[in-house]
Amino acid sequence: MTAREEILARIRAANGPAREPTEIDAAYAAIPRDYRRAHHDSEQRDDIVALFAERAADYRATVEPVPEADLPAAIARAVTGKARLIVPDGVPEAWLAELPSATTIVRDEPPLSARELDAIDGVVTGCAVAIAETGTIILDHGPAQGRRALTLVPDFHLVVVRADHVAPDIADALARLDPSRPHTLISGPSATSDIELIRVEGVHGPRNLHILVSG
Amino acid sequence: MADRGQDTRFPGMFPSGNVRSMRIGLFVTCLTDTLYPETGKAVVTLLERLGHRVDFPAGQACCGQMHFNTGYRREAARMARGLAAAFRGHEAVVTPSASCAAMIREYYPALAGETGDAGFARDVAELAPRVHDLATFLTDVIGVTDVGAYFPHKVTYHPTCHSLRMMRVGDAPYRLLKAVRGLDLVDLPDATTCCGFGGTFSLKNPDISAAMCADKVAAIRQSRAEVVTAGDNSCLMHIGGALSRLRAGVRAMHLAEILASTGDAGAATGGTP
Amino acid sequence: MTTPAGATPAPNGSMPTYLGMPSFPSAARTAVADSQLRRNLTHATTAIRAKRANVVRELDDWEELRQAGKAIKEHTLANLDTYLLRLEESVTSAGGHVHWARDAAEANAIAIDLIKRKNADKAVKSKSMTTQEAGLNEALAQNGIQAIETDLAELIVQLGDDLPSHILVPAIHKNRAEIGDLFRRTISEAPGDLADDPPSLTATARAHLRGEFLDAKVGISGANFAVADTGSLVVVESEGNGRMCLTLPDTLISFVGIEKIIPSWRDLEVFLALLPRSSTAERMNPYTTIWSGVANADGPREFHLILLDNGRTATLADETGRQALRCIRCSACLNVCPVYERAGGHAYGSPYPGPIGAILSPQLRGMTSPADASLPFASSLCGACYEVCPVAINIPEALVHLRARAVQSQPHYPERIFFSLAASILSSPGRMAFAQRLGSLAGSAVARRKGRIRRLPPPLSAWTDTRDAPAPPPESFRAWWSRTRGGAR
Repeated sequence: MTAREEILARIRAANGPAREPTEIDAAYAAIPRDYRRAHHDSEQRDDIVALFAERAADYRATVEPVPEADLPAAIARAVTGKARLIVPDGVPEAWLAELPSATTIVRDEPPLSARELDAIDGVVTGCAVAIAETGTIILDHGPAQGRRALTLVPDFHLVVVRADHVAPDIADALARLDPSRPHTLISGPSATSDIELIRVEGVHGPRNLHILVSG
Repeated sequence: MADRGQDTRFPGMFPSGNVRSMRIGLFVTCLTDTLYPETGKAVVTLLERLGHRVDFPAGQACCGQMHFNTGYRREAARMARGLAAAFRGHEAVVTPSASCAAMIREYYPALAGETGDAGFARDVAELAPRVHDLATFLTDVIGVTDVGAYFPHKVTYHPTCHSLRMMRVGDAPYRLLKAVRGLDLVDLPDATTCCGFGGTFSLKNPDISAAMCADKVAAIRQSRAEVVTAGDNSCLMHIGGALSRLRAGVRAMHLAEILASTGDAGAATGGTP
Repeated sequence: MTTPAGATPAPNGSMPTYLGMPSFPSAARTAVADSQLRRNLTHATTAIRAKRANVVRELDDWEELRQAGKAIKEHTLANLDTYLLRLEESVTSAGGHVHWARDAAEANAIAIDLIKRKNADKAVKSKSMTTQEAGLNEALAQNGIQAIETDLAELIVQLGDDLPSHILVPAIHKNRAEIGDLFRRTISEAPGDLADDPPSLTATARAHLRGEFLDAKVGISGANFAVADTGSLVVVESEGNGRMCLTLPDTLISFVGIEKIIPSWRDLEVFLALLPRSSTAERMNPYTTIWSGVANADGPREFHLILLDNGRTATLADETGRQALRCIRCSACLNVCPVYERAGGHAYGSPYPGPIGAILSPQLRGMTSPADASLPFASSLCGACYEVCPVAINIPEALVHLRARAVQSQPHYPERIFFSLAASILSSPGRMAFAQRLGSLAGSAVARRKGRIRRLPPPLSAWTDTRDAPAPPPESFRAWWSRTRGGAR
């Protein structure tokens, strides 16, 4: 017997014979879910966006509300002092219009090695979805977000969250995603509680997370 | 619930409406029976003072909790069968031990199932929902918080784990204590932390048990109470044993004895575990 | 099917008992005497308890979430074969490879073979309880492969040649000063004047591991959840070391216990609400990585999922004990446990300490050793663990159930005789009354001071070592009733 066959046989010995898939799916559908899939009224857009900003800031991320038109200036301010920025495909050119002349824009073309990424000072991205309830940004690493390493290795991550990105709760955020893609959920800068269970920001991921909430 | 009462000797003592006199079976528990008879007497005094008739079915012995919790289920089932049979036909069964009450409510059905004894299962089905811990029996079933007690001492209350998490007595004991005349109820720091008794845990893991008890005793001392009370003599035996060893000058006393106390003879009955 | 021993022929898992581990009570005795350990644990657990309570209170549907989490896991366990096959299919069609391992040795051998085929002599590891359980690091070392622990607490444990003592924070038994000493001794990147504050210590770990991440060929991880219908693996973490291990190496190997599976993508809405709040007491942990197989030009080009049994099917065969398989490794039960707080994690002799460890380890390993048989007794049954468990594992119920199995598998004859005798007295009102009369007589003889007994013979001396015992009163309640109320009903 292969390990696979043996494990399945042990499970069936413990559980009794396997049920029909339709029967299992029906039992799954009948699982009581009395929790609230929404803790906030999605009609109250302003409140939802404000809640996102407040909760993201709780993690000691820098959070700035910015009118759409002021994004280029806000981005320029936020990256001051960063010599080399990597910018993934799909980031609107307009966002970069006011960058200081001292800042060099690097593209991931051809893809940079991890060592090369480590020499980059920061990354500017958009996001796929955000969650108000938990102050979380979700990247699906599609347009304007880049592959996963781009938002991991550089020490500074500037992310633009549009108001329409913000879902009130975890449930509606997950429902907006395509599960076949890789995802990164980000709630504040990297942190650890491994020493005396006291939270300290800044370990291996970007130590600075700057969020511009636009619109 | 209850705070309505005529202007009698014990205002507020009797609930409004007509709570009729009940015939209550007292499940005294083996520990209280053997080592703390004053607690049993206090329950009788208290319930009779509230106008109820108390029965002590002589066929009762031990609920089997110690055996059950130590892994001796077969022996526990034997004891459980006897106890369930002893209380046939009582509309309410009251016990001064939340943990023995919880044993019956939570674990008797499973034990009866394991034995496959239909008569036992029937007795358990009848008994389990009728077993009450004294405090919630008073507040929720009879509907009284002021039982007419007088106890002029500084008291702190330890919510025992099984009263808190299995019988879910909530704030019932606090409400009862607050209504006692003369009683000064003081907060117990970290009240909901276990005292470390845990039945045979206290013998099988004596070092951890003693360390937990030491912290409980320190909290009691910090409360500056003269008396620590609880709804279970087992935990009180543990806490009181440590207080006594340390000559801490704090008495451990079952809630029933405080509630039965009226200042004359009552105050002195203290079985003081 | 109440005892798995009879129900399945399958052997239990091979999880190394920490070598020469004494049984819980004696290990705990040493720990209780260590006042520094006590202070470290009390300090850490007290803080997290209050934070967890606050962040849980924030959700007014917590209990409903908890019940849904429980129901989803129960349903999955009841149909585990079907869901494992679904997971296998979805991971495979997303470009991953699925391996099955009956026990730790088999899982480790698969990993070693994969790493050797990549000509790698080291691998970066993100925190994984399952690899701890499997003893993977030791197996890799025997094959000349260095496992580099990258989670801060795991790194502290690895550098100190220590053992983990907490599920979430394996180095919880060490305080900042102790960690500072360790880092100054063992990390070459540590500045000469490294201070003991957590930010400086954390920065040192970052500098130390940076190069390892950037050059890693093989990453090893566990997973918090494996989603059957989408093939998604989910790793919930804080530091970003998980993201590094899951993203940068070309080859990724994930060790996943077969109970980590959940049926569907939407179930994450429940578990991503339950886990961070219970675990680190946050609304959401800093980073969660979700991936399915391999992605085009993003992350590892080769992904291997090793599904591990190692005693889980034996646990599944125990109707009461199987609820331990619902565990999502949050460690809330450890943080509220008064026994854990005083005994520390090492006393449990397993990577899984605390209340959940006391019901999980003896089931995964079987109760053949005195150490494992002592674990179900390592609890006062106070129930604080059950109260906080995000998937409502009734730990006290499971403990009591496993005690009965321990009494069967590791009988202690003097105790058995005592309990038999006690049962025959305590089940009979007549014998009880007789014993009470004897007790009253004896009590009056031994009680020195106001009804107090200060010393009893073994095993009851375990009581009187620190507590007085009450002397039996002159008259039992039963006798009083009979005398004053005329006996029976």
